[in-house]
Formats: sequence, C-alpha cells, structure tokens
Amino acid sequence: MSLESDDVRRIAFLARINVPDEELAPLADELNGIIGWVEQLSEVDTVGVAPMTSVTEMVMKQREDEVSDAGYPDRVVGNAPDRVKDFYAVPKVVE
Amino acid sequence: MAYILKGETGDWEVVIGLEVHAQVSSQAKLFSGSPTAFGADPNSQVSLVDAAMPGMLPVINKFCVEQAVKTGLGLQAQINLHSVFERKNYFYADLPQGYQISQYLYPVVGEGTVVLDMPDGSAREIGVERLHMEQDAGKSMHDQDPKRSMIDLNRAGVCLMEIVSKPDLRSPEEAGIYVRKIRSILRYLGTCDGNMEQGSMRADVNVSVRHPGEEEYRTRAEIKNVNSVRFIMQTIEVEAERQVDVWESGGEVVQETRQFDANKGETRSMRAKEFAHDYRYFPDPDLLPLDLDQAFVDDLAATLPELPDAKKDRFIEHFGLSAYDAGVLVAEKETADFFEEVAEGRDAKLAVNWLTTNLFGHLNAASKSITESPVSAAQMGELLDLMADDTISTRIAKDVFEEMFETSKSAGAIVAEKGLKQITDTGAIEAAVDQAIADNPGQADEVRGGNDKAIGWFVGQVMKATQGKANPQMVNQLLRDKLKG
Amino acid sequence: MTKLNDLTLVEARDGLAAGAFSAVELTEDCIEAMEAARDLNIFITETPEIARERAGEADARRAKGESLGAMDGIPVAIKDLFCTDGVLTTAASHILDGFHPPYESTITQNLRDAGAVMLGKTNLDEFAMGSSNMTSYYGPVTNAWAGANGEDLVPGGSSGGSVTAVAAHVCPGSLGTDTGGSIRQPASLCGVVGMKPTYGRCSRWGTVAFASSLDQAGPFARTVRDSAILLEAMAGHDPKDTTSAPVDVPDFEAAITGNIQGLKVGIPKEYTLDGMPAEIQALWDQGAEWLKGQGAEIKPVSLPHTKYALPAYYIVAPAEASSNLARYDGVRYGLRVDGDSLDEMYANTRGAGFGAEVRRRVMIGTYVLSAGYYDAYYVKAQQVRTKILDEFKQVFEDVDVLLTPTAPNAAFPIGAKMDDPVAMYLNDIFTVPANMAGLPGISVPAGLDADGLPLGLQIVAKPFDEETMFLAADAIERAAEFTAKPKYLGGQ
Repeated sequence: MSLESDDVRRIAFLARINVPDEELAPLADELNGIIGWVEQLSEVDTVGVAPMTSVTEMVMKQREDEVSDAGYPDRVVGNAPDRVKDFYAVPKVVE
Repeated sequence: MAYILKGETGDWEVVIGLEVHAQVSSQAKLFSGSPTAFGADPNSQVSLVDAAMPGMLPVINKFCVEQAVKTGLGLQAQINLHSVFERKNYFYADLPQGYQISQYLYPVVGEGTVVLDMPDGSAREIGVERLHMEQDAGKSMHDQDPKRSMIDLNRAGVCLMEIVSKPDLRSPEEAGIYVRKIRSILRYLGTCDGNMEQGSMRADVNVSVRHPGEEEYRTRAEIKNVNSVRFIMQTIEVEAERQVDVWESGGEVVQETRQFDANKGETRSMRAKEFAHDYRYFPDPDLLPLDLDQAFVDDLAATLPELPDAKKDRFIEHFGLSAYDAGVLVAEKETADFFEEVAEGRDAKLAVNWLTTNLFGHLNAASKSITESPVSAAQMGELLDLMADDTISTRIAKDVFEEMFETSKSAGAIVAEKGLKQITDTGAIEAAVDQAIADNPGQADEVRGGNDKAIGWFVGQVMKATQGKANPQMVNQLLRDKLKG
Repeated sequence: MTKLNDLTLVEARDGLAAGAFSAVELTEDCIEAMEAARDLNIFITETPEIARERAGEADARRAKGESLGAMDGIPVAIKDLFCTDGVLTTAASHILDGFHPPYESTITQNLRDAGAVMLGKTNLDEFAMGSSNMTSYYGPVTNAWAGANGEDLVPGGSSGGSVTAVAAHVCPGSLGTDTGGSIRQPASLCGVVGMKPTYGRCSRWGTVAFASSLDQAGPFARTVRDSAILLEAMAGHDPKDTTSAPVDVPDFEAAITGNIQGLKVGIPKEYTLDGMPAEIQALWDQGAEWLKGQGAEIKPVSLPHTKYALPAYYIVAPAEASSNLARYDGVRYGLRVDGDSLDEMYANTRGAGFGAEVRRRVMIGTYVLSAGYYDAYYVKAQQVRTKILDEFKQVFEDVDVLLTPTAPNAAFPIGAKMDDPVAMYLNDIFTVPANMAGLPGISVPAGLDADGLPLGLQIVAKPFDEETMFLAADAIERAAEFTAKPKYLGGQ
C-alpha cells in the first residue's frame, strides 16, 4: 500500500502534527520508503506465534491502595505555558 | 408491556445498550498514588504521573483489581484470568497522556447477567457484555474565560469500571431499573458508592430504533455522560423520537456521539470531527498483562456479601414477603439489614408495613437515609413488640412512632413517660363503655336497631374517653355484648 | 602532566581514596575540559556550579571517613534525556523548551546517592531517535575522531554527546540510553566502552520515554571495569517502574576475574552481511581468536531471523514512540504555539516543536497502529520479535555469550546518509537484536579501520548475566590493547 498526500494529511491529523502542504508529497515518499522496507516482514512465517507482550517473564506487580503522592499543584502546573491560578489554560474547546 | 413508538409508517421499538462508568471506591488512583476524593482544590490531587510529565510510569493498584473482580462476580460474570491493558490514543485537553489506559481485546470480566425486578413482579434478564478497568479523564471548564478552557486533572487517573450491557433493554423504564440494579449491586459489594450527582457513576446511552420483528439492529447513536437515572430515561425517550422522525422522513440515522441537554429536553450532536476516531489500541508497554489465579478469584468470591437477588429470594422464603415488598427492601443493603433486624422473630408483614408506610415516608420527608434514621432497628422492633403483647394499640403506636422519630427515644420510654399503656383491664373498659352507652342513648338505639356502623362510632367515643388507651378489640366486643346481647 | 580529567574512573577512584587529589580538583579539571571542548557541541546545558557543590560535598564526606564508595566525587556527564530536578531537560527537542523538571529520574538519583558529580546535560539525537546526533535541535556533535582528510565526523547516536564526553576525556564516565543501539553504536564509532544492560535492570522512571519496551539506560566509560562500576551505581529495582525487574544488583566489577577458561562464545553466522567491509569481518575473526587464545571455546551458531530484527524494530519503536510523544502538546510544559482552537494549537505546537526524524517516526508509528494496518504491521512485528527472542533462548542453551561486530561501518561525515532514512537506520543492524530480545550487550574498542577510525566488537549475553558479559568484554579489551587516540586528544 502506497501512501499519497491525502493519506499523509490524515495521519498527520491523527498525530496532531501540522505538515505544510508542500511537504506532504516528499513526506509521503519518505514514509513509503520506510514502509516498503519493513514490508519484508511478510516473508516471516508467524502462524501460531504469539506477539511479544514482555521481554521479561515477570508477573505484574501491584501496589497497595495508599495515598502516597500529589498535593503539590505548583509542581504540577509550574511548567505550563498558560496557567491560570492552579488550572492549565488551553484555547477554548467547543463541544 | 412493550414500549412502542407510533410513527406514521408504523410501530417502532427501541433498542438500548448502556455503558455504565463506575468509579472504584479506592483511596488512590488506578495507576498512581494520588487521592480520589471528590471536590478538592484544582490540581491538588494530581501527581506527576497523572500530569503525564516526561518519563512518568504507571503502577497498578491492587485494590482496584480486586473491586473489578468482585463486581464481575456480583454480575454473575466470567472472570478472565488473563487480561491486558491497552492504550486508547486520542488528543483532548483532559487527557494529559494523549492516551487513556484501558482494556480492549482482553477485559478482566466477560459475559454476565443482571436480573431486573419489573414492577409487575416478573423478572427480566439483561445480558452484560463485559466489564473492564480504565482511567478516568480530567475535567475541563469552558465557562470561566471567554477564550480559554480551564483544565483540572484531579479526576484524571481515577479507576473506572466500565460495565457494558448487551443491547437487550427495550424501554426507558427498563433502562432505569437496570441502572438502579447495577447501582444496588455495586453498593452491596462496596466497590463503588454509586453517587451519580458527584459523578462516581454515569452512563453512555446507546439508542437505536427499528420496526418490531426486524432482525437486524439499525444504526445507533451514543449519548455520552448522562449522570442521573431520570436523565437516562429522558434521553432515551427523546432520542428514540428523534430517530423515528429521521427514518420516517426518509433520512438515515448517523452513527455519532450526542449530548443530552436537560434544559431543552433534547439530544444534540457533539462537534462533528472531519475524520472518525481511530484509537490505535495497542497493549501498554509500560505494563504487563494482568494474570490472576483462580485461588485469588475464589478467595474474593468467599468474601462477597449476600447480594440483592439472593437476599430477595431469602426474604420471600424466610419472611413470607411478596416479591414486590422484598424487592423494595433489598434495593439498598442498609435498608435490607434494617428490615431484617426488625423482622427477625417478629411478624414480618407487620414489619414491612411499618417500614414502608411509616418509617420510609418520614425519612424521605426529612431527607434522611436509613443509616441516618433517628429510629434504630432495635427501637422499631421494640415498638412492634409492644403492639404484639397488647401493651399499646396500633393507633397509639402511630403516635408513639412520631415521638420516637422526633426524639430518638425508645418506644418503652415514651409509653411510660406519657402513660400510654393500653387499658386492658376489663373493669375499666367496661366502665367506660357503660358510660358511653349511658351518655348516648340515641346511638345505642341505632345499634340495637341493626346499624352496625354506629358501633364504630361508639368505639370512637370510648377511645376518646380513654385517651385512646383502651384496647379497641375489647371495646368492640363489650359494645356488641352490651348492645346486641 | 596528566590532567585529572584524563584519568579513568578506576584511577580517579583510587586517587581520591588515596588522597592524591580532591574531588573538587578533579571536577575543576573536568569543568575546564568541558569548556575547552565546546566546539564539539557535547553539552546542551553545562552545570559547573552544581558540579562544584557536589564535589565539595564528596570531599567533606571523605574527610569524615563517610565516603559513599567508588562513585563518590566522580564527575559524570548526563544525557539530556534524564530528567534532572530544577535543571533544564530538553531531550534535544524544541518542544521541551524551558522545561525544568520538578523531579529527578531514578537513574540520576541513584548516581547522586552514590556521590557522583553532574557536569552537565549532554547532546543527543532528538528524543533519542537517530544514530548520528544530527537530528538534535541543538545542532550536531562532532566526533573527537576526525576523518582521514580532517572532516568532521558524527560520533554516532543517539547518545552522541555522552560518548564524546568520554572520548574527548572531558570526564571519566557518562550516561546514555540505548533503544536500538544508541549507546553501543556510538561507543564503537568513538573508541570507548558503551553498554546496554538487560531490559529491566535499570529503571526508566524519569527518563524521557522513546520506546517503552526497548529503552534502557547505560554507561559510557574508557574501560570495561569503569563501565561495570558505573552500571552498579545506576542499576536496581524501582517500584515506580512496573517493567523494572525485581533482581538484586551484583558486584559487577568483581565479576571481571580475567579468567574466561571454558567460556562458550557463539559466532552467529547471520551477522555476516553482504557487502560488509572486509576489515570488519577481519576484526570479528580476530576477536574470536583473542578469546580462543584465553581458553574460550568458539562455536558457530545460527540466529536465522536476525535480519528481520531491524525492520521489526522500525515498526515497534515508532509505534510506541508515537504514543509516548502524544503528551508533548503544549498544555503542561515546553513549547506552545498558539492556535484558534485546541486542535490547531496541538498541530502548530507539534509541527513546530518536532524535528524531521521525530515527525517521520511518529507518523510511521501512527500509521502502523491505525485501523486496518495494526495486524499486518504491529502484531506481525511483535510476532517476529517473539521468534527472535526464542532463537536467542535456544542458542544460549549452547553458548554463554555471543561475539559480533558492533556497527557495519566506522564514523561517517556529518551530513552524510541524510537523504535516505533507511540508510541511517542500517547503522543499528547489529545492535537492534539485543534490544528486541531485552539482552545485555556491550561494545569494546577493538581496532581501527583503514582510515584510522575506531571499530568496536560487541558481546551479547543472557538476560541478567551482565557479569559474564563484562568478563568476556574485559578479555577482548586486554587482547585488543586499544591505545589509539582521537585527533581531539592529539592522536590520528
């Protein structure tokens, strides 16, 4: 499957990355080059092979239900480009 | 009775599926150690992990896992010993990671059943498709500033159980009963407090319509984040009507997300996106699969309290209650426990009547829950005992109850204080009866003449004369003996 | 007179312990070296004041007889991918402009707890995506080694700054991360030792995430023994990281006994590539001879799916990255470029904030996870990964370690290989399989190519068997006697 400019525009929207129109076609070429190269995986017989879930064979550890964190709004909001008191501010969302 | 909408082209039935989001009643969040309590100052219950700072990582809360499994057991559902957390990727201001950690292909709980106690006494089974755990999102406020929205992440990361029903519901009423039943089960289990006003429980409502007899489902719309039972029922009504109108005017219902506007009583399409969501689910590489062993599940099963359905059956059998009465009592565990304490060893039917007729009404009027009742179960029981051994009459008992509710004093104390003991001394009652007959010869003649209604009037007179303390049955008997021979 | 920054970590440790010089003196020489090397563009942020402060604390401890151990007072350079409390952390990206983390990564905290002295935050490929350090928002790093005609060469990547800090003798050790080879490949290109531990050996908490199932922190140093000491200070189970392994940290330095009698060394035939430079094959053969000469048993082995590791990596890593980088949205930290709507703000911020390589990988990652392609690409790649891991498991039943070249070429000129992304990706062809299988791997400087540029040899070991890995690497190091110096230090 070969990507066209429209596909790149759609992927860029999903990824929320602004790609100027004139860059869509060259980017499509680059992406097609990479995708074409990874296509070789289809040569591998993977029937009955489970996809990897974890390199290490560990049981997921679970923590106790204790409050051990938070209560520091300054640290949380301190790096925000637009901060109003202890809120993050963003361009208004219209639902 | 089927819920049918009458359209111009014929009848329409409604197909409803509900996705209930229930916040787990844990101290800390699902993947971080921040607190979950409602109503705190903005961003004060947010950790670096919740704020999705660079390099932050999730660690799962074992209590949340336990509550999800318990809830699954309470829904008579399949517990999946192997489940996987996946990332649901999308961009929104209240989603700091740019993805929600959820479960997709392998949820922790599979198919189950919820039994609805219908008003006509029948039971209807509604299928549960699955239950999975996921992170709640933060909150955005759009009305604080003309050009900006304010983001508070306090709620971001709280554990939600998403309970997905099969599309088995067929009316707004059923949907209401279903949600109430889910809420009841969750509260019995203690896994969620079911407080819809505070947002600990809310529902996404999926609605479609079709002609009765159609085999396929038609396109559905989803109305998100409905936060009361009343609104859920209303949403279904108006959305079904809207969809019928669309079909009948030759249009096609579009699969979309809508919002319920309570003020206008209608649903509204949410801002349409040019491209549909593609969530690009994949297993979260910061976590491992959740592998549980059967012993863990069995241990949890052993800790479950008696659930509403089982309790209802037991009440019917042990206490001889009607299905309806039992259903009312078991809706809330605290109420059922209260009833059981009152009824054990006593006349259950009487207990039911006193609770439903007197106590509940008083509690509602005072906006108190059963746990806040000024009259304890033990005190109720004492009141019933005093009636059973004829210490007081039913009429007097009503007055005593009023006093008990107001003062929280025991029945015995009030009866003693006010000297309300029923007069059962035959001599004293007879004296009062004789006095009443003597004072009212006309009425006495009525009775003798065959007017039995007048006996009631005489009983009333005697009761008045004795400040209600005479045993009414004895009064009645004596009057009959004396007037009718 | 040897400046103190020319000392190896062991020499510095021993010198401090003997009282030959103070940590402050050692640190001052490193600071001077750091400033003198500015043309190489090693550091994004220099932290001389913090360094002096921590060196002073180390000396005070030593004076009271309360020295913390081997790392106490040792200056190290930190890849700008590790979040450091209150110190600018950029991941070499425009999108993290002005980001001062209010927290310290577990790795750098572990080093602080061991008394190490932070010299500064080093340059890297943006978000660790690259094999040359050319994708950095802060400009490329120049390899301490120069080309045959004096051209500026890349140091490799993504840990280009950290590797050069060691190669240029700015300090005895530095920290990098390795997702597809980002420590081992630069080490090979710069004539130093660089290693990646077993996945889960080092905590990822507070390390800017690129590809969660592949990222691991690791040390650069001038000798194998130095890197063992550094790893021991970095490693350890972290309850804040679910993927952190609950295993103890052994005394890695003690594992280097010098005795490899009976060690079984596998030579995987699939690592011989068509068109591989003859000198790399020759060095590889030489490496096997060195080990054999010290009593190891050399065994040819087969890892049939080796060649698929790299394309599979370039599906899995971008997929994970596309999701990990979604948080860079201009809301809570870093760059924000305004827009009329929230979506516009996101797109403008990320469009301006991410460089070309990051954008490429996020797009590839988004694509391979998207509806209709997930099974064919992402699931397929993870299945291939399982096969690769199973092959390693099988081979490791017969051998203790594997010996391979580290990189398919020596350092190349800055500006080269930029036309075709895939050409750049091929730099990782020998290193990626160890990441895909979560295995520990190390690159040891072994020889020079015809242009006088360093070539490394790689040892890959079993999970959590870094001890045997260090043992074998030390054997290579002793046999190779690599003493060549880069142009920057007066060599070549």
